[in-house]
Amino acid sequence: MTTISRIVSRLRPFALIAALGLAGCSTAPVQKGEIVEPAFAADRILQEDVVYQAEATISDPWQGFNRTMYRFNYHFDRYLFLPVVRGYQWITPDIVETGIHNFFRNLGDVTTLINSILQLNLEKTMNTTTRLALNSTVGLLGFIEIASDVPRSDEDFGQTLGYWGVGTGPYLVLPILGPSSLRDGVGQGVDWYARSVIRDELTDFETWQDLAIDLLWSIDIRANTAFRYYETGSPFEYELVRMLYTTKRQLDVER
Amino acid sequence: MIIRIPLVLLAAWWFATTAWAASESYGFPFDDAFVATVVGTPEEYRADLPEKIPLKQARLTVFEDRVVPDYLWYEGDLRYSYALQRRAAPLVFLIAGTGASHIGAKNQMMARAFYQAGFHVVSLSSPTLPNFVVSASKTSVTGHAVHDAEDLYRVMELVWAQLKKRIEVTDFFVTGYSLGGFNTAFVTWLDEKRQVFNFKKALLINPPVSLYNSISLLDRMLENIPGGIDNFNAYYNSIVAKFSEVYRRADRLEFGEDFLYKVYEALQPKDEELAALIGLSFRFSSAHLVFTSDVMTDFGYVKPKNVRLTRNSSPGELIPVTFRLGFTDYFHEYFFPYYRAQDSSITRDGIVEEMSLTHIEDYLRSAEKIEVMHNVDDLILETGEIDFFPRVFGDRAKLYPRGGHCGNMEYRDNVAHMVNVFRQ
Repeated sequence: MTTISRIVSRLRPFALIAALGLAGCSTAPVQKGEIVEPAFAADRILQEDVVYQAEATISDPWQGFNRTMYRFNYHFDRYLFLPVVRGYQWITPDIVETGIHNFFRNLGDVTTLINSILQLNLEKTMNTTTRLALNSTVGLLGFIEIASDVPRSDEDFGQTLGYWGVGTGPYLVLPILGPSSLRDGVGQGVDWYARSVIRDELTDFETWQDLAIDLLWSIDIRANTAFRYYETGSPFEYELVRMLYTTKRQLDVER
Repeated sequence: MIIRIPLVLLAAWWFATTAWAASESYGFPFDDAFVATVVGTPEEYRADLPEKIPLKQARLTVFEDRVVPDYLWYEGDLRYSYALQRRAAPLVFLIAGTGASHIGAKNQMMARAFYQAGFHVVSLSSPTLPNFVVSASKTSVTGHAVHDAEDLYRVMELVWAQLKKRIEVTDFFVTGYSLGGFNTAFVTWLDEKRQVFNFKKALLINPPVSLYNSISLLDRMLENIPGGIDNFNAYYNSIVAKFSEVYRRADRLEFGEDFLYKVYEALQPKDEELAALIGLSFRFSSAHLVFTSDVMTDFGYVKPKNVRLTRNSSPGELIPVTFRLGFTDYFHEYFFPYYRAQDSSITRDGIVEEMSLTHIEDYLRSAEKIEVMHNVDDLILETGEIDFFPRVFGDRAKLYPRGGHCGNMEYRDNVAHMVNVFRQ
């Protein structure tokens, strides 16, 4: 199979979900009966010359799709992903779990290395190279974190694009992966592609073995991500997460 | 006579020095109530608690016939958590503070402390948390001393009905912090009538005296935002810029343990800036509560009556409107008219008085089972309100010289006292 067709075949399920998401698109409220002026009407409280956070600064033209995807992710999390994560944590001894986590963090350092180079950041390139060299050898392919004294950074292609002045583009909630933006979503795709090229060069894995590693990696990532959908306690969680994600990425790019 | 005067002086001197010594030996590190409230207890001063306890999360359908609006579709069941001992043990209910959940940091800390001390633990969200407003409040207009207590009591009974097949309980206890401490007082008061749990002891941690006084104070704290709430956008950007400075400087700074403390050390913020943050945090709680309640009842507070939000609806400009309104607006334009419509004998002053510990003062004075932990510099009390506690509870009120609002809850002396109150 050519690389392109392999990517396309792997992305097919996501395209289907995307199509489903775009179907239920309207974000307008519905009117039931006669509308009564509320105690605090917007036109009385809000002023024309004041900039209000969300709408003013974050572009979100695909909101209908994003909100649908946000809900999909909650259900995916609750009924499949998190139960699998709990099962994984239950059968795996803590020490093995930590080893696996270190192993994937080490693989993640490959992405950081590539992007540190692309951002012409000498310090991060050197630190990450040192970490990779130590952890991959003495640390037995990364299972043991030897280089914990060497500062670790997280750099990805989304940040690299940001570094070179590419704007975030519209906000985007990706299936399973969650909050992102057009720029960062493309970045995630590029990083993933770069990793699979390197992996193909270094190993002779069958497709199912590649998939198994990707699956274990995603379980490890979820196990180490505290975020839970609809647990912020806010009826504005979608907007809140959108704001925090955007701010966080802005800081990541600047850092 | 000649002998007596020096004796009195001696006694006075002795009392003065020991009182001085007692306050000096209290090792909580922050003298500034604003710093204590925002930063909390730095790691090295915290009680030594187990990192992990078997805290399980569960869901409960409180009202079978409850209609959950589309927009809040995910809040239909009440979420709570519990940790059970393997043998017969006392059980403690924890009630979270304003807008906080059963798995909020403070409830989790208390769960770890009581679980370590051998208690079964059931952790409950505040009635002001949207999940509770939607799933477990009878009226969905929360913040009412008596109705909230009845709602909490119903939830406790339902949780107990689920757990009693699995565990043996020797005695029941109840505690809560901030508004949860206030709720604890009314729940214990209610329990005297209902007699389901016959709480052996109850502990109120940093409760308000008068809800109305406290919400007024908290609303006013937002005036510390330079330029007021309309300048929120610039304010948010300035906070982000400051965080960003710290975040960039410290490449290894990660969210989590002591994050706030490190940020505090790096920025050394002024009291007014901290007050704005406290006000903002409470504004988030009130905005979440009020909007959720408005969607539930279709009262027409910020959302026009008969406008229905779907699962995909964007609240749009209703969000900035909600954030412009405080707890006191909620009280005057929603809470009071709502309850007044149900009972025309209710007056504004009457309901303010009713939402206060003074309303059950006689009961609190005689209830030997209720104890209090409080700080003399707590920010949610009006000047002089702290005197209510020694006056009414006498020896059962333990006052700390500092800690702000709940800032010292995790301090080792406080945790030790918290557990000891229930162990005696």
